Amino acid sequence: MLDIAVAYRRYQFIGDEFLTWLWYVIENDPRRLNKIDTELASLEIGSRMVLANRHQKDSGETVTIKGEEANMDEGLVALRKGAMVAEVNLVYRSGDNEWRFNLKGESLNFSSLKVPETGKVETQEDIEGAIIEKVFLCEKVINLINNLFHYFIKLRVSNDWSAKTVPAMRKWITPS
Amino acid sequence: MGFLSPTVSITRYRVEGQLPSPVNEHVTEALKKNTIHEIDNDAGEQAIGWTSFDAPYQPDFEGSRFVIDTLWVFSLRIDKKSIPTKVLKKHYNMEVTQRLVESGRDYLSKTEKKQLKDHVVTVLNTRIPATPNIYDIVWNYEAGWLWFFSNLKSANEELETLFTRSFKLSLIRMFPYTAGLNAGLSGPDKDCLDQLKPTLFME
Repeated sequence: MLDIAVAYRRYQFIGDEFLTWLWYVIENDPRRLNKIDTELASLEIGSRMVLANRHQKDSGETVTIKGEEANMDEGLVALRKGAMVAEVNLVYRSGDNEWRFNLKGESLNFSSLKVPETGKVETQEDIEGAIIEKVFLCEKVINLINNLFHYFIKLRVSNDWSAKTVPAMRKWITPS
Repeated sequence: MGFLSPTVSITRYRVEGQLPSPVNEHVTEALKKNTIHEIDNDAGEQAIGWTSFDAPYQPDFEGSRFVIDTLWVFSLRIDKKSIPTKVLKKHYNMEVTQRLVESGRDYLSKTEKKQLKDHVVTVLNTRIPATPNIYDIVWNYEAGWLWFFSNLKSANEELETLFTRSFKLSLIRMFPYTAGLNAGLSGPDKDCLDQLKPTLFME
């Protein structure tokens, strides 16, 4: 295996491509998400998306789109210029529960993860139950991202990526 | 408490390797051996060690309190002293002046200046308390995963160093490449992963 620091830098584009593909699937093929997570009610782009153009070494242009009802056209324009999704805020719903979190492409790190509300911790005895409940809730969204990434990486190393997925994504990016 | 806060940040790891049996006792000993030690009354600038999740300022790993269901829950604590630049400058200048008066000389050599600065830092470090930073950890040994509740690069690096030293296991951070290798790809597909080049979506 490669040195970890080298692998991190060399393959950070895979994470950006994953988030870009995920945006494409959310917009164009949401039913595919249900095949990956049978308990999924919905997965949506949330209040923030960062697009970065890593192909332009000099400028390193970054576009940030913010707001619950943000117009994502600016993001598509950035994709046309060669940018990729570098970070995204996602809203995941399953049953009556909702998770909100930021996912970073280069690291696949979760930040600002808000899971469904758990019972209040008032005594020392409550802590154990709260931990088990919180682990369960975190694990649910981590498993979602794991399953989505596993699906993506299998697609990414297959012939279908360049034969079917890339042309379909280009069509989505290109204005009609 | 970080982990039980309304919002959290998570860096995910895969843990590879086997602990000697009985594992709970082995982990207890490793945690005890590498527990954070207080540096408030000594000259140490930084201390890094494990602490209890529910009592981060009174670490106690007796009685396997860190075992919850199938999980091990504990914390990494990094205590650091930070001397304000202006305070350091003031005390250093005072020491330099005193040394010049005592020696009757007009100047100090580079080595003397460095020694004085080190002395001032040591003296000041014994007088200021360390600032503790606590990062929670949830480790599922059976499933081979560990969650670290911070995305801070420096904290993650300290975790990786201390974890390897304490438990003699491999802690592999999950980012796109390592996550790809753990995605159940076949041998040829893993070779494909190594050869991947960025896709250009623009025509």
